[in-house]
Amino acid sequence: MRDLWPWKLELRGTPSRAMTYLSPVLAIVMTMLLGALLFIALGKDPLAGLKVFLIDPFNGKRAISELLLKSVPLILCALGLAVCFRANVWNIGAEGQFTVGALFAGATLVLIDVPGHATPGSLGLVLMIIAGILGGAFWASITALLRDRFNANEILVSLMLTYVAQLLLMYAVNGPLKDPNGMNFPQSKVFSSEFMLPMLMSGTRLHIGFAVTLVLAAVMTVFMTRSLRGFSLFVGGTAPHAARYAGFSSRSALWVSLLISGSFAGLAGAFEIAGPIGQLLPSVSPGYGFAAIIVAFIGRLHPVGAVLGGLVMSLLYLGGELAQSRLGLPSAITGVFQGMLLFLLLASDTLIDYRLRRKAKV
Amino acid sequence: MEQFASLIAASINAGTPLLLAALGLLINERAGVLNLGAEGMMLVAAIAGFAVGYTTHSPMLGFLAGALSGVLMAALFSWLALVLATNQVATGLALSIFGAGLSAFIGQRFVGLALPSQTLSIPVLKDIPFLGQALFQQHWMSYLALLLCAAIGWFIYRTRAGLILRAVGESPESAHALGYPVRLIRFAALLFGGACCGLAGAYLSLVYTPMWVEGLVSGRGWIALALTAFATWRPARVLLGALLFGGVTILQFYLQGIGVTLPSQILSMLPYVATIVVLALISRNPDWIRLNMPASLGKPFKPGAS
Amino acid sequence: MTSTIPRLEIAHIRKAYPGVLANDDINLRVAPGEIHAVLGENGAGKSTLMKIIFGTVKPDAGEIFWNGEQVHIANPHVARKLGIAMVFQHFSLFDTLTVAENIALGLASDVSMPELVTQIRQTGEKYGLELEPHRHVHTLSVGERQRVEIVRALLTNPQLLILDEPTSVLTPQAVDKLFVTLRKLAAEGCSILYISHKLDEIRALCHSATVMRNGKVTGNCDPRNETSAGLSRMMIGDELVRLQRERNPDSQRSERKLHINRLNLLKAHLFATELHNIECEVRAGEIVGIAGVSGNGQQELLAALSGEDQRAAPNMLMLAGRAAGHLAPNPRRALGLGLVPEERLGRGAVPAMTLAANMLLSHQKPPFVKRGMIDFAYARSAAAAIIERFKVKASGPDALAKSLSGGNLQKFIVGRELERKPSVFIVAQPTWGVDVGAAAQIHAEILALKKEGCAVLIISEELDELFALCDRLHVIAKGRLSPSIAIEQATREQVGLWMSGLWQQDGQEATHA
Repeated sequence: MRDLWPWKLELRGTPSRAMTYLSPVLAIVMTMLLGALLFIALGKDPLAGLKVFLIDPFNGKRAISELLLKSVPLILCALGLAVCFRANVWNIGAEGQFTVGALFAGATLVLIDVPGHATPGSLGLVLMIIAGILGGAFWASITALLRDRFNANEILVSLMLTYVAQLLLMYAVNGPLKDPNGMNFPQSKVFSSEFMLPMLMSGTRLHIGFAVTLVLAAVMTVFMTRSLRGFSLFVGGTAPHAARYAGFSSRSALWVSLLISGSFAGLAGAFEIAGPIGQLLPSVSPGYGFAAIIVAFIGRLHPVGAVLGGLVMSLLYLGGELAQSRLGLPSAITGVFQGMLLFLLLASDTLIDYRLRRKAKV
Repeated sequence: MEQFASLIAASINAGTPLLLAALGLLINERAGVLNLGAEGMMLVAAIAGFAVGYTTHSPMLGFLAGALSGVLMAALFSWLALVLATNQVATGLALSIFGAGLSAFIGQRFVGLALPSQTLSIPVLKDIPFLGQALFQQHWMSYLALLLCAAIGWFIYRTRAGLILRAVGESPESAHALGYPVRLIRFAALLFGGACCGLAGAYLSLVYTPMWVEGLVSGRGWIALALTAFATWRPARVLLGALLFGGVTILQFYLQGIGVTLPSQILSMLPYVATIVVLALISRNPDWIRLNMPASLGKPFKPGAS
Repeated sequence: MTSTIPRLEIAHIRKAYPGVLANDDINLRVAPGEIHAVLGENGAGKSTLMKIIFGTVKPDAGEIFWNGEQVHIANPHVARKLGIAMVFQHFSLFDTLTVAENIALGLASDVSMPELVTQIRQTGEKYGLELEPHRHVHTLSVGERQRVEIVRALLTNPQLLILDEPTSVLTPQAVDKLFVTLRKLAAEGCSILYISHKLDEIRALCHSATVMRNGKVTGNCDPRNETSAGLSRMMIGDELVRLQRERNPDSQRSERKLHINRLNLLKAHLFATELHNIECEVRAGEIVGIAGVSGNGQQELLAALSGEDQRAAPNMLMLAGRAAGHLAPNPRRALGLGLVPEERLGRGAVPAMTLAANMLLSHQKPPFVKRGMIDFAYARSAAAAIIERFKVKASGPDALAKSLSGGNLQKFIVGRELERKPSVFIVAQPTWGVDVGAAAQIHAEILALKKEGCAVLIISEELDELFALCDRLHVIAKGRLSPSIAIEQATREQVGLWMSGLWQQDGQEATHA
């Protein structure tokens, strides 16, 4: 039965560098192809569908600004996750860390942004951003502590904490942080514009968070490729015994990577509150934390890759929204594309270590 | 007393999907495969089960559809993790993300629709005071789950096939050297696990809350994964754990019922916090883990690589 | 007996892997009841050939004849049905299952458990391979685990038993016991294929030998009629060079560089060995060896020495006169420690990284790292210098560690440690899995270190190596260390006895196996 398939996988001598960079491209192309098939199956014109995903988001200054704006939380979370995954710390709870970051940031503003306050806008902004970073770091540190002290699996812990975080946010906007003048809707007050992030591109929603993100990507690039600390995390991730031999502490690797990751996710959450959302809502993220996992993988766990991958994922998000408004498809189609992309990426990554060979006729 | 009986009954109801999923995952993990896609499989199975059950008015077909979709998702996972030897953690996550997206996508048409609820009361036994209400007025899938638990226990410990399964999970390299088809065995284990998670998902949408909402599963797949570890991969303990976690899940309603005034969202955190606490407690002793956990769990097996 | 049909005949077997021709036109004949050696150094192709016979691997070309008829051995089940049984060098055992369950998994037919338990006991008694069927394998010593493998093989009533390097985990006394078992089996008509590179054993046990080198058969002989020198010439094309070991006359008065001071260490995890009162000192300019069968605490001792295990009290380890038992690896390196671990890939080097990057595992100070930033250019040049000086066969400092052969990687790792000019050099299994040429080079480097006044500690399972290099020898058994003995006064028999823990320490109890 195995001989029905004429190819087999053969281990390469050394992994292919070319495929390491080609594989994401291959995966994206195949996702688009499968997407086209999906459109046909749904009774839509595949070309129109692909246009909505690939062309429309670039159509004009406003569209591009939305594209860049949506990439900010994706890139930020992915930058942190790349560090974690390289260290073989499987932080799946970026979504929760994002949420708690947003919660802390919003709570700070609720405290500051009262009528007659004396806080200058920029100070308030800085405070809430710090609060967001601390919130994300705090949430991640719970996972770190449980893994460090109790050896508890960080995947399950960080995931459970995501659910807890979301419930925490819902509790907050239904209770202590609810807008007293908000007609009992579960949301906080809309924050005053003086505390919001300044705009990068006037006339759009693109704020300076995007510039900050790019700077952080550059910093992380130096950190991961040149610093001893970054090197030690990578060694710990691929060869833990060698890391111990080298004197790299696995405990500090755990804490450093989770704190970095949590801080970045928390920062992303703060940016969302101080940016496009402008208040606290029961849900502040359409799954950015999970999508960022895919972004980190597409980006080969490298900061530059995270930026590129974040833009691709942002494209998928916008495509999904446009697909809903222009093609009448459920917006959840984004999730389908995301999942397909990750699958296809994992599949095509096989070609890095293996090559396809025609089976010899026996 | 009456309330306590209904508490037990509700715990069984809530614990059934956990039991089904955890049993399937147990077989997976005994073979050494970690399928983190449980949540995704349950989601897809839930919508598939509901869609079929709703349109055909047959819960039976709904369950079958759920099981089948679980098998298909597991097959997808198998192709990646077994044939292409991809990282099991990443592949499982991909399955969960994909499942979440797919189920939301398909489910958008069915949001808010409901099915009539159904139980199967065992005649005569159901009229026993207290026990009758507590134990014998469940849906037939709950009784099936119980039978499945016993069957799996017998299979693992008393059959040669079960011994081979355990061996593959302990050391696939040794099993391969002895001539056992490791990947085929793991494939079979994964398909079975997929079917079980499928039944679990279908149970949620057909019986537990007989309607479809996005996020119906809300983390039960992950809890089932924790449950399998908590139960040290033994079926009897899985049963106990499922019951306990089922109890924790409905505890929030019980507490509200007796007038505890915590906000509902805080109460809803109970199952997740309980999972974290249990995870921390059982993971503390690495020796105990080493003796009980299938040693090859999560590591890809590449025959012919040496 | 000479005109009978051979039990096993191999004709023109060929097997190629990417980059290497493992078996090239191999011919082999084994008669019924014959003990036939397959002799060759590491990498000669012996293991591949055995895997082909046992069905784990399919040959590219060639035929196999069993009792005169041609057969195709598609998988181990077929091999077992024919009557071929194999005891691998790396055991195929399942730690958390019992002895009986492990054996059941190796048998094709479905024997009931009580029946199997009886068979295990009977076979054990008959051949001197006693086993307790309901014990879990993880509680067994390495020698006992081998017994499980052998009993498992014997219960298939084999006509051919293949043993791959069986004595690397045995004390000399246990080796003798094994040979008694094997001779008994051969006398009953079972043929035995004995894979080894240990010349003395082959000469003592085997009726005939096929010698392999680089994938080809280079000779056939009756080892009982050959000298070790003759066999070694067939095996490696040359005689093993005897190294000149000079006793350093000043070593007793020179500075004590390493002192393991009554080291006691609890188990770090379930399957570990506890260390009790380990006492050992190494002075400048001398080489001290620790012999022992694997699994007696070597790994735990090495972790305590390297700093990977920091649970020891500070005074339990003195490095250059300073208390170091609690220090991490890098502070120990600062005190002059150089250490080569047992596992090359995965501990001594990161397989997926370049040789240049691997320098950083034990070099993290300037000029390699300045202000937290790595100077890769310097690391590259340092790696290149090591490649040159130690004649490491690699494409350059950017070669991946896993692309090097065992011997070359070991040379690189040794070179990396020597680059820091350590005053204490500790090495575990320096030439395991290393080809003869590289092994000789490494031994020469170690002797050179001694001349320069370094204090060297070698932990090894190869007695030949220890006898060739060391000035003094300890034996480690069950987590305890024997007193040291000058190498001139040590004999294999005595060392073998000590490996079972049978040494007398003044006033202290003698432990027994």
